Amino acid sequence: MAAAPAASAHTRVRVRTAWLFLAPMLVVLSLVAGWPLLRTISLSLTDATLNTLDEARFVGVRNYLSYGPPLDAYDPDDKAYYLYDEGADRFYVLDEATGRLTDETDPDALIVYERQPGGYVDTATGASADAVTDRLFVWSGVLADARWWRAVWNTLFLTVVSVSLEVVLGVVIALALHTQFKGRGLLRAAVLIPWAIPTVVSAKMWHWMYHDNFGVANEILLGLGLISERLAWTADPDLAMAAVIFVDVWKTTPFMALLVLAALQMLPTECYEAAKIDGIHPIAVFFRVTLPLIWPALLVAVIFRALDALRIFDLIYVLTPNTDQTMTMSVYARQHLIDFQNVGFGSAASTTLFFIIALATILTLMVGRFKAEAD
Amino acid sequence: MAASGTPHRGLAFYLLIAGIVLYTVFPFYWAINSSLQTSQELFSVTWFPPSFHFENYAGVFQGQPFGRNIFNSLIVAVATVGVSLLLALTASFALGRIRFRGRTVLLLAVLSVSMFPQVAVLGGMFELIRALGVYNSLFGLMLSYMILTLPFTVWVLTTFMRELPKELEEAAIMDGASPWVMITQVFMPLLWPALVTTGLLAFIVAWNEFLFALTFTLSDTQRTVPVAIAGFSGASQFELPWGNIMAASVIVTVPLIGLVLIFQRRIVSGLTAGAVKG
Repeated sequence: MAAAPAASAHTRVRVRTAWLFLAPMLVVLSLVAGWPLLRTISLSLTDATLNTLDEARFVGVRNYLSYGPPLDAYDPDDKAYYLYDEGADRFYVLDEATGRLTDETDPDALIVYERQPGGYVDTATGASADAVTDRLFVWSGVLADARWWRAVWNTLFLTVVSVSLEVVLGVVIALALHTQFKGRGLLRAAVLIPWAIPTVVSAKMWHWMYHDNFGVANEILLGLGLISERLAWTADPDLAMAAVIFVDVWKTTPFMALLVLAALQMLPTECYEAAKIDGIHPIAVFFRVTLPLIWPALLVAVIFRALDALRIFDLIYVLTPNTDQTMTMSVYARQHLIDFQNVGFGSAASTTLFFIIALATILTLMVGRFKAEAD
Repeated sequence: MAASGTPHRGLAFYLLIAGIVLYTVFPFYWAINSSLQTSQELFSVTWFPPSFHFENYAGVFQGQPFGRNIFNSLIVAVATVGVSLLLALTASFALGRIRFRGRTVLLLAVLSVSMFPQVAVLGGMFELIRALGVYNSLFGLMLSYMILTLPFTVWVLTTFMRELPKELEEAAIMDGASPWVMITQVFMPLLWPALVTTGLLAFIVAWNEFLFALTFTLSDTQRTVPVAIAGFSGASQFELPWGNIMAASVIVTVPLIGLVLIFQRRIVSGLTAGAVKG
């Protein structure tokens, strides 16, 4: 046991070295990942705008969901909301500090409503003013915005359709790449091309091919008799999503194919020889032998691609920037954050997206572990 | 390769191969084809360039600082690769070769950063970039790209570090080598393939990045290539200079495709080693 103290001293030095060597990476990663993430979450609880980042005020969860006067009725100079009930033709002022709502339609007969725990009440009569506030107040925040839910739906739809198509195409391409034939190297090189092209560039290339008048896509489809007139693929709201998915599948299938190929190359050869001797049809071999064996690798590839698709931004921003039909969560968040300069609201959308993806990751990890234990 | 079997394949198989090649390569072919046509020729679909016109390529560099944009992209990508590899090399030594408490948690934390949607840090990153005074600068881009490249370089290099034989390290310790000497003299030479692979992947990520470059730069001269190409505009809003856009697309894609084809085996092994994002 005499060597023990020396060994532990040695271990201690090594552990100290480990942390020393980790430190630069950890510092940089906390600076560019940890800190901005925490700041985005805290900015989502403020009324920050792009020009007033430093003087942002805490507003609670208002950016996520709140019930009250519409935010665009706010006058920052008077620190009050000016509200107009169109149906009843009445004017109201809501003072931000006191929360007092005043009906100023008739300047000589002001009606004052006070905020109570149960809702607004008429200060003169003590009657509930729910009928008044129902007409004036709205639900607002990210979670009350129909465009946000539209973006959530778009993103999920795109992810599911895109990744499913990629799995089928990716497996077909991987099987082809796994076959011995002349020019296999050429095929692999060809498959890598879409992966190597920057997303923005591929968006532009496809944008040009989708051109309604001069685009080659319409030319080919017309030639094949699949369409009877030229279509505006990126501008037509009904076609925009299909156009986006087609490009996304084209761009990302190589990644899927390469991961599946790597799995195929690790398969034991014995099963195939046995299957061949038994004279089993190749398609049956694929579904009974190959697919179950590459399943775990396929699942990993699907998870990676799905997480990637859930945050898609570049392609949509460049290919179909002006339509709500293809707007994804990332596009929505950046639009509010940068274009509308509403950092608080945009950060709330960012944070919601973050938690959706975190939840998806945790769920898949749990399912994965559950499956691994079951096996 | 049992699945391979006989070398003689049927017509259907070669049709499938032809279909795959056509599908993957055609859009790039079409960009080249279009880039070599005059704007008049672009008004009708022609399968091969009627004659070779290089005006579009010259036009790319007129009216916008595209040369400068390429230079910017190169500087940012190279700096990103250099810094990521340096930080990841020392970190992966610690994570791959030394046993210590919290190692697994740390690795998982690093991996989870690569799952971050970029938009999730956009507000905070914008604030950070402005606070550091690096808004609209290449340094700001390089800094923000660390969140994209660092996690997977650390992850992939750690996997490679782990596979190196233990004897090497023991011999080095016997010789009294410090950890730094060990990394640079003993491990680095063996890690070259891994460094090239991860470096290349990091380069491609930085070269292609769009969201941060779009948000954290303002002036044309600070823009990187993807933002410049996305912003190409013609004389009028409705008339995009497609010839120029295709020429620019070809210019920035050809070197990348060249790199990928030269290093295709490396890239494939790198992509599959850590199953990093593509």
